[in-house]
Amino acid sequence: MPTIPRPMQDSASFAPVKSARGSSGFATGFEQMSARRLYIFGGIALIAVGLLFGEIFAVFILHQNAARQGEALVAASRAVAAGNAAAVNEVFASLGNLLEDRGTKVDAHVHMIDAGYLALLLALVQPYIALSRQTKKSLAVLFIAGGVLLPVGIFLIHYVGLTGSPFAAIGWASVLADSAGALLIFVLIVQAWGFWKYLRSRQLSEPELPGFELPDEDSMPRRALLTGGTILVLLGFLHGAYYAGTLLYEHERMETAILQRMINAATARNLDAAATEVNNFGGLAGARAVNIAAHSHIIEFGLLAMLLAFAQPFVFLSEKWKRRWVKLLLGGSVILPVFVLLELRLGLLAGGIADIGGLMVIVALLGMLVGILRYAGGLDAAERDAAEDAR
Amino acid sequence: MTGSRKLLIFGGMAFAAFGMLYGLQYALFVEHQTLDHMGGSLAQSFSAAASRNLEQSQAALQQYGETKYDYVRQVDAHSHWIGLAMLMIVLGVIFERVNFSEGIRQLVAFSLLAGSALFPLAVILQTYHHGAAVLRALAVVGSALVIAALAATAWGFARPLK
Repeated sequence: MPTIPRPMQDSASFAPVKSARGSSGFATGFEQMSARRLYIFGGIALIAVGLLFGEIFAVFILHQNAARQGEALVAASRAVAAGNAAAVNEVFASLGNLLEDRGTKVDAHVHMIDAGYLALLLALVQPYIALSRQTKKSLAVLFIAGGVLLPVGIFLIHYVGLTGSPFAAIGWASVLADSAGALLIFVLIVQAWGFWKYLRSRQLSEPELPGFELPDEDSMPRRALLTGGTILVLLGFLHGAYYAGTLLYEHERMETAILQRMINAATARNLDAAATEVNNFGGLAGARAVNIAAHSHIIEFGLLAMLLAFAQPFVFLSEKWKRRWVKLLLGGSVILPVFVLLELRLGLLAGGIADIGGLMVIVALLGMLVGILRYAGGLDAAERDAAEDAR
Repeated sequence: MTGSRKLLIFGGMAFAAFGMLYGLQYALFVEHQTLDHMGGSLAQSFSAAASRNLEQSQAALQQYGETKYDYVRQVDAHSHWIGLAMLMIVLGVIFERVNFSEGIRQLVAFSLLAGSALFPLAVILQTYHHGAAVLRALAVVGSALVIAALAATAWGFARPLK
């Protein structure tokens, strides 16, 4: 079993100075441009940018896009009532465009954040990946590159389309996204192989690196992040199970039933009834969207909180500020999914509060990133001083 | 490293890679065609209604419903496999802090592993047998295993160290 790093004092008072290879195991695991540092910086940056993109999407695109979908369905109903099949096809071409616009932006948001989570996870397991230091660094660079290119490719799908593509259904932006996804898979498979090598040999490639066991220190920020994160994930699972058990199949049945009634009303030239069904369709789509968004966001924030518990030794801030960031993060993690769910009852007011919750998480994340940058800067400065002293 | 941690970390990495591979092959070979089919069916349903061909309209609408049923489950399985894998790796890292004996921890880890494999698998299999009660039951069992394991883990975290 690898050496467990000895307990250390709280990182608020633990300055990364004296020596770049100082007494702290965490310092040796966080040296300049090490794989772990690349994963932690890259991971937090990907999550923060992904969340920010989600906020911008929710405020400026989501509701407007839903309204345009409703307008398209009303237009389709009118075309059906007029017996104009060509107009129906035109309307659906524009509806498909709207759905692709929305879908690719949601996917870009989700994949960027997930790549960030995976990067943080990989930072944790680095000591147990039995590969050379250089290989691990190269893999980290490849992973971060893949984590950036995948959502960028997905985002561009809507805008690039099939322009210049030799394929029938796949455009160049999809090729970029798929290649980036393949890159992430490749890195993950090599990491799994490195872990397998460790399990077989029990030989660490960098024995001086600390394991990923948490120090025994029991600080409030870390305890709150671990406990809060677990509770958030559990709540998300329970909500998901409730939704799948009671609403999912009913919503699926309702969707085709509403569409059928919409078509019947339009065929009978009853445009008022058709418009009512368009509203019902929008309401159903909203109900599904908020349930799925609440379920996925609460679990993702729970995971994020747990992952950030590991990064706390690298957050070089005073205990007071670390506590503030943790409270802000956990508060936002509860506010966003709860008010997303309440959007059905409270409307845009709840949506606005949910956006503030998301903003709280982003600000807390950036606050912690600043702490980690300070820590890294301290280490680098100490390394430079040590090198000058040696000369 | 204890057996429970190995189970969670290695299992998690394997699930993450598998979930990504599954998503990649789906995106490459199935997703675009499915989305085209889904949109096309709905458009055809309205278009046939405009031509007053109600039978064809209804058939196209049914096809839309079935394609969407499959699409939702394929995406759900992909995202749940990767999400559960990440959870397993995170918990694997801190599993020493779950204050139970190693035997119980292994049981909890196995429950999480089995649930994480079974739940998305049962969801995917539903695309081959729409509405099959056995598969729905398997999905419920899978998610129950994950929830029970997570509740036990939370309890283990909360138990004071002796």
